[in-house]
Order: sequence, then structure tokens, then C-alpha cells
Amino acid sequence: MTAPATVRKVAANTTVRHYVARVAFGLVLTIVGLLFALPLVWLVLAPFDATPTLSLAWPDWTLDNFARLFQNPYAMRSIGNSLLLGVGTMIIVVVLGALAAYAMSRIRIPGRDGILYGLLLLSSIVTGTAAMVPTFQIITSLGLINTYTGVLLVLAGGILPTVIFILKDFMDSIPKSYEESARLYGAGPFRILRDVVVPIARPGLAFIAIWTIVQVWGNFLVPFILLRSPDLQPAAVVMYTFYTESGQADLRLISAFALLFSAPVLIIYFVVNRRYGFRFHGGIKS
Amino acid sequence: MTASTTTTPAGSAIAPRRRRADDVAGLGTARAGIFVAPALIIIGLFLLFPAVWTIWLGMTDYRLTGLQAASPEFVGFENYIDALTDPSFWNSLGLTLVFVVASGIVGQTLIGFALAWSVRNIHGWVKALIEGLVLAAWVIPASVASFLWLVLMDRRSGTLNGLLGTDGYAWLIEHPMEAIILFNIWVGTAFSMQLFSSALSAVPPSQIESAKMVGASGWQQLRDVIIPNIKGHILTNTLLITLWTFNTFTPYLVTAGGPNGKTEILSVYIYETAIPGGQLGLGAAISLIMLLINLVIALAYIRVSRGRKKA
Repeated sequence: MTAPATVRKVAANTTVRHYVARVAFGLVLTIVGLLFALPLVWLVLAPFDATPTLSLAWPDWTLDNFARLFQNPYAMRSIGNSLLLGVGTMIIVVVLGALAAYAMSRIRIPGRDGILYGLLLLSSIVTGTAAMVPTFQIITSLGLINTYTGVLLVLAGGILPTVIFILKDFMDSIPKSYEESARLYGAGPFRILRDVVVPIARPGLAFIAIWTIVQVWGNFLVPFILLRSPDLQPAAVVMYTFYTESGQADLRLISAFALLFSAPVLIIYFVVNRRYGFRFHGGIKS
Repeated sequence: MTASTTTTPAGSAIAPRRRRADDVAGLGTARAGIFVAPALIIIGLFLLFPAVWTIWLGMTDYRLTGLQAASPEFVGFENYIDALTDPSFWNSLGLTLVFVVASGIVGQTLIGFALAWSVRNIHGWVKALIEGLVLAAWVIPASVASFLWLVLMDRRSGTLNGLLGTDGYAWLIEHPMEAIILFNIWVGTAFSMQLFSSALSAVPPSQIESAKMVGASGWQQLRDVIIPNIKGHILTNTLLITLWTFNTFTPYLVTAGGPNGKTEILSVYIYETAIPGGQLGLGAAISLIMLLINLVIALAYIRVSRGRKKA
């Protein structure tokens, strides 16, 4: 065999191998994609099916399930409860977090960075799961079991360290000259905070607000442990009781409910991700 | 305390100039304290205190009901001895280890990396679709995600049985551990995928080019160029995933620890012991063990991230 022929043969071999590798790669990617898609397809199709089953099926399109869902006071109240918990925690966390982050950014407290890192470390160690017994006991002895106050405080306590940490970075980036000139014109600290700092830190505050709502919206364990009466429970808990306590699952209701409950966070996530390109790095699910 | 002097002209003359420049808003230490206090009080009461309280609670015979509910007694290390000599505790710890290694360290990390690696050179709708699907699994609330998996694996008419033609096969009873491992991979892979995506895009293209020039195969490029470059990210990702997987409670929503405690990972075990079981003291003792494991993982994470910042 002459040298050029060998080269040609090797080249042909690598092309074949390359081609096979491409096909295999595409195949594996398709399978992985299908595995990820499979549970989601039901979520998208079943709510619009007149007679949803547990198997995947092309729906007999209808919006009746949603109409029934909107009439079900139980389901809709739980969505309202989720909103209340999300917005409530968000307000506590944004207001208190901004105040604390601002003060920490502007006043030199000895060992401040140590304290911040310590708090962050603490919040990743003391999770809802590891601290459920003492949390349950503290809330019980404070008489806050089965109240929103208890749930809001526990949720806020878990989220605040991260919030202060992120917001302090934002506050640090605000040029001090702005505040100096505001002060020259006679503005007090509260005025400066409201009219100078908050407007500049708005992107940071908005990020924190959205991040908090997404976190609380899906949180199951805290309300599951601290809330007893079904009237107060958020959608995350009610969704669970829907299919465990009622022997015969009403799939028309549950499927529509699952989609309605998931849609807000999916929309928030994809809109924010697309528009601002930032990613919810860190413990979006913890 | 020293900062308060900066608000008075006399004090500012003594205090270092840098300090005065810090307090541009004229906040003063007292007001700064008022700003910080509410947040710190909430954190102290509902995060720090529970951690400390666990130590005491774990040494009592505190129960949800009965005599010990009204006046719990100090029992010393009895709960710890009870827990450590109970085979069901060790069973739970073993299950947790399998769960964390299989679903977190191996599953989420490897699949997350493979996905990031596969789509790194693709653009357009295929990339958007794959990333979107993985992200959606991550974003939807755990209650919904777990229900979707119950639908998938349902005994009578589940999708999986429909596809495989294994009608009537009870996946959750025959393979409960495999089920929650797959479930957790499905839920959590998005984080690894995103982290590795950004890590891969930061690898210097010149290094990959020179590797290609000398004829390195894809595998060799991965081993000799890519992995050394993203070693720090791999370590960070592994530690975070380990911490989160170790603490997750959502598998409870799929199997509720069953059947026969076959999926009773530590978080579920604590819940079952303390709340429905009513043994708060024993539950707290196991919680402390969990807190200590968390502490070790978190300290390792801090060490790694500090080392990376210096490098």
C-alpha cells in the first residue's frame, strides 16, 4: 500500500468515527432531554384535558378544569395564602435587610466582615430540616403555632443573612459623594436613605424581592410544620394534602392547580433570566 | 463605640481621618445600631437560638404530649446513646449516604457537567430547549415536582408503565431509593449545569486551541485542559450539592420515608421521630448530629472558596 492511500484510509476512518460520534452524541442528548421533559409534559397537557389520567395523552382540549379550580374556595385560598406568605416575608426581608446592610456598609463595626460571614455560614448550617425540632418548640412556646407571624419570622430569619450579604455589596458600590452632597443640602439620614440610597440600590432590592418570593412560594417544610389548620396552609402544603388525604385523587382539579401554582415562578424565572441575564446562583432551593 | 466620636467635631479630630470619611450619611453608631438591630434580632431568635437550643433540647426527654411535655427532664446524653445504639438511626444514616453520593455527587454533578459540556458549542433552539427543560424542573415548587413523579411512576396507569409496557408495576414500592435518587437528580441538576456552563466559558480558548494543534482527542482535552482549569468549580459545586442534598426534605413528598423506612433519609427520620412520633428530645439529639455534619461541610466549603479567592 502506498503512503497516500494509507492517509486517505485513516482520514476516511476518522470521518466515519466522527460521524458516528456525532450521531451517538445527538442520541444521548435526546434521551436525557426526554427524561427531563417527560414529567413536565404531563404538567402542561393534563390541565387542559377534559378527562386527565395519570398517563400521558393528547388532551381533549378544554378550560373547564380551570373554571372549576377558580370556583374551588379551598384551592384558591391556598394560592392566596402563598401570596400572602411570599409578599409578607419579602417586605420584612427587604426593609430590615436594606436597613441593616446600609448601616453595615456605612459604619465601621469591628469584625463586621467576620460577623457577615458568620451569619452566612450559620444560615447554611441551620437549615429548616436540621432545626425543625427547636424551631417547632420555640414557635410553640411563643404561642405562635398555627399563625402567619410564626411562619413569617422563621422564613425571614433563614433568608435575612443572605439578603444582608448581597445588599451590603450593593450599598458598598454606591458612591459616598452622593450622600455627602445630599448632606451638604441639609438632608438627614432617613431622607438620604429614602431619596438617594434606595433609588440607586433599586436593582439590588428588586432582585432580593423576587428571589425571596420565589424561595417562599415553593417552601414546604416550614408551613407544613408550623401551620395546622387547612384554612391557613399555602399551596405547597395543600397540594400535598390534596393527593394524600383524599383517597380518590381529583385529577382535573389537581392538574390545573399544579400548573397554576407553578406558572408564577416559571414566568418570573424565565422573564428575569431572559431580560437581565442574571442567574439565581446560590440557594434558590434550599 | 469609637465611631460615635466621629459625629462630634472634637472627636473627629482625634479619630483617624478614614473613619470620619466612612460615616458620610451622618448615621452615627446609635442610629446604625437601630438599623441593624431588627434584622439581627430575627436572625438571633429564629436561626442562632434554635441551633444553640438544639444542644439543650437534645439532653432532655421532651415529648410532644404527656408528662414530659409539661416538664421535660434533663437526661444528659441518654438521647445520644439511644440514637447511636438504634439500628434504625444507622440505617437512616446509611440511606442518606447512598442518597447524597448517588443523587448529588454522582448524579447531579456528572449529568450537570455532561449537559453543560454538550451544549457549550450549540446555539439556538436546541440549547435553549435543553437548558429550559432542566431549569424548569429546578424552578417549579417541590410539591408539584413530587406529584409529577408520582404520576410518572404510578402503579396502575403511570406514564412509565405505559411507555415500558410494564402495566401494574409498582416502581415506588419495588425501587423506592432509586426513585427518590432519580427524582432528586431531576430536581437539582440545573444548578450544576449552570455553574459548569459559566466555568467552561471561562476556560481560555487559546489553551484548547493549542491542545487541538498537538492532536489531543476530545477526552484528552477534557482531562488535560478543561478539568485542571475548572478544578475549583468542581470542588465548590460538589460541596454545595452535598450540603443541599444532605438537607433536602422533598423526597418525603414522593415516598414519605416508606415503604418500611427504605427511603427514610436523615431529614425524614428526624421529622418522623420528632413531630408525628412526638419524641422531640430524641429528634433534637439527631438534629444536632445533622448540624455538626453540616458544619463540617460548610467549613470545608469556606476553606475552598477562600483558597480560590487568594489564587
